[in-house]
Amino acid sequence: MNGLTFDIAHVLAGSLVLISFMMLYQDRLFALINVFALHAVVLALSVAWQAYIQDAHHLYITAAIALVFKAIVIPVGLHRIIQRLGIHRDIETAVGIGPTMLAGIGLVTLSMVLMLRVTPEADPLAREDLAFALSIILLGLLVMVTRRNAVSQVVGFMSLENGLVLAATGAKGMPLVVEISVAFSILIAFIVIGVFLFRIRERFDSVDIGALDDYRGERR
Amino acid sequence: MNSTVALLLCGPAAFLATAIMAAAASRLAAATRLVYGATLVISAVMLTTAAGHLAGNPGEVSATLPLGLPWTGARFRLDGLSAFFLVVVNLGGTITSLYGLGYGRHESQPHRVLPFYPAFLAGMNLVVLANDAFSFLLSWEFMSLASWALVMAHHRDEANRRAGYIYLVMASFGTMALLLAFGLLAGPAGTYAFDAMRTAHPGPFAAGAVLVLMLLGAGSKAGLVPLHAWLPLAHPAAPSHVSALMSGIMTKVAVYGFVRVVFDLLGEPAWWSGVAVLLIGGVTAVLGILHALMERDLKRLLAYSTIENIGVIFTSLGLALAFKAHGMPSAAALAFTAALFHVLNHSFFKSLLFFGAGAVLSATGERDMEKLGGLIHRLPVTSFVFLIGCVSISALPPFNGFASEWLVFQAILRSPELPQWGLKVIVPAVGGMLALSAALAAACFVKAFGITFLGRARSAAAERAHEVDRWSLAAMAVLAALCLLAGILPGFVIDSLSTVTLPLVGERMPVQMAQPWLSIVPIAESRSSYNGLLVFVFITISASLAAFFIHRFASHALRRGIAWGCGFPDAVPAAQYTAVSFAQPIRRVFGGFAFRSRETVDMPAPGALEPARLKVEMHDVAWETFYQPITGAIDFTTERLNHLQFLTIRRYLTLVFLYLIILLLVLALWP
Repeated sequence: MNGLTFDIAHVLAGSLVLISFMMLYQDRLFALINVFALHAVVLALSVAWQAYIQDAHHLYITAAIALVFKAIVIPVGLHRIIQRLGIHRDIETAVGIGPTMLAGIGLVTLSMVLMLRVTPEADPLAREDLAFALSIILLGLLVMVTRRNAVSQVVGFMSLENGLVLAATGAKGMPLVVEISVAFSILIAFIVIGVFLFRIRERFDSVDIGALDDYRGERR
Repeated sequence: MNSTVALLLCGPAAFLATAIMAAAASRLAAATRLVYGATLVISAVMLTTAAGHLAGNPGEVSATLPLGLPWTGARFRLDGLSAFFLVVVNLGGTITSLYGLGYGRHESQPHRVLPFYPAFLAGMNLVVLANDAFSFLLSWEFMSLASWALVMAHHRDEANRRAGYIYLVMASFGTMALLLAFGLLAGPAGTYAFDAMRTAHPGPFAAGAVLVLMLLGAGSKAGLVPLHAWLPLAHPAAPSHVSALMSGIMTKVAVYGFVRVVFDLLGEPAWWSGVAVLLIGGVTAVLGILHALMERDLKRLLAYSTIENIGVIFTSLGLALAFKAHGMPSAAALAFTAALFHVLNHSFFKSLLFFGAGAVLSATGERDMEKLGGLIHRLPVTSFVFLIGCVSISALPPFNGFASEWLVFQAILRSPELPQWGLKVIVPAVGGMLALSAALAAACFVKAFGITFLGRARSAAAERAHEVDRWSLAAMAVLAALCLLAGILPGFVIDSLSTVTLPLVGERMPVQMAQPWLSIVPIAESRSSYNGLLVFVFITISASLAAFFIHRFASHALRRGIAWGCGFPDAVPAAQYTAVSFAQPIRRVFGGFAFRSRETVDMPAPGALEPARLKVEMHDVAWETFYQPITGAIDFTTERLNHLQFLTIRRYLTLVFLYLIILLLVLALWP
């Protein structure tokens, strides 16, 4: 593998992490969804690049799935949901932006240290990919944990799944069936969550999950 | 697949079919008769098959069924050890079913007993046949749950519910210990077949951990101190024939589990393993029988005496381990044979005694000995067979209890040949504890028989009792005959056990049936020998002669005089010797350390009219030392963790997230 292909793969994976960071400081729903669409586009590029350098044609399908579903269908769907529900467009964060960013940096450091330590024998590209993928997964979880709004939790969950796809494509020889099934399960999860959003909204006139807690009669 | 194993596997299947049939038809009038009849036939077939295998000695045969875990299958195997325990289980099953034919008719809620009884038998049979950890644990849990359902048969009684709860908790704890033990035995490769475990020898640390886990897991089911607390609650709570099965047979299945793992799968024992088992066995024997002596409930007394006998069995197993570890296979064979012989004997006389207690219960409705008495006139046959059971369990010749306990002591007497000084001191000390427990057992059963059957009736129910039905009497008579036979023909049993002993300790006892006049010589003629037949004949002849001389030469004049009433103005039955007063001297001697007992006398002021009162305060030390701190700690932590149930969704996510981060950090910082 020559230096250029490695560098391009590295840049794409690194920009995924960067975009995950961008999600952390969005405080508007539409902006968050747009960033998520960008995340998916970069993921599709990254997967396509992997398909090219690994000469694995089935990965193009994965890239196409990522592009169609995650960069187009899901963001458009989320836009429409937000418009139809008339959700407040600003996100109430549970933790301030500053501490969240600091925590994110800590998580990326942790995943780097960990992955580079436990995979000394692996091929360098897969190593970097795994480290980045773990960072993306942890950042996605961080998004889910620090937001009070259900839509932004959905977005966090989707970006977490992007990290899984990145890890799967970085490792050579992952069967296509696995990727397709993961992609479809995410789509189904999206549908289910969408339905639930409508139901929650119908009942509580809000998708702030705090309303659920109030309904259960608990303090936050 | 071998035809013997196939036939033996049909047995549990037939039991399960009977259980399903019983669940469907348990409200029919004939259901009791049908179910016990079916289990009687199935157990008898299983018994003859297993006994045939044990006698024919064709080695080991195995079978694999495509059941259970995928790619693993369920493995079953029949060798000497499992054949012997199949004999114990199914002999007990046959006779208990015979007893159940009569006793089951008094059952007020047959639909709570009938479906679970065959299932319980199926579980015990499967445990003994299983040849991989998964089948073993599954059968073990099945056995525990079926017996739990039987304990809860009369669940309207608050005490029974509590017993069932404690039993369930202890059974789960035991299974957890077994699961961990098998996990250690399977090793990182995760081979759950016993055949693979047998060839893989775990390291010394893992082997020690497996032994401790087996003592916890099998020991809690068998009733080793301090894990015995559930046993005297749960065994008596079940209907009496099920109590007999639980006490006489299920504890033996637990012994089987221990022997299978420690003697068979674990390979060569460490030197200290024998010491641990020995000491626990000795303490169990003494504490079990002391508790039994203090008891006034007949069935609980029998349950506590089970603990004592389990102690004897484990002491003997510990001896066998110690001898095996020090390269003395012939002595190990002696101790191991003694343990198995006692397993068989205890299943005989404990079943017999529980049947007797059941007969007393169905005749009078009483378990409290202080409300019984004088039953020898009302239940002559029951009292006679109960007496045989008492004599057997007290280890008096010529009955079977003496033969096996004598063998245990013969094994103890070989301890000076052990090379290690520690063992040379410990083994005789444990022998002293066994001797003490044997003497206390005799006192205990003098009390059990004397207070229940002799004297005058202490309640109206005891006065109106009638002899029980023929099925029950037949079952008890068969067991009494077996007690006598095993006592007179110990050589036959010892020789049958040689196929069990040989593969497990590498040696067998010398052939006994070749000895003249049915005597047994465990080591050498010059050291010791015992002849049950001779003792039996001597006792019979001398007793007959004495009776003859008394009747022939004594005066025939019948005289009735007034008995001295010990100064009481009216000799009511309540003024008789009671169970508690019988045990009082022993309580005075041992109560201080065993029960932390205290006596206080409430003496009224001179001239006051109320009676003086003697209050005895006793504590279950094991309960207070081991169980109460644990339950206290669990209550404390659950109280603290309770608010975790009412968090917001985001907080739950945060908890999971933080936990993940902590795990990753540990992984990152691990040296």
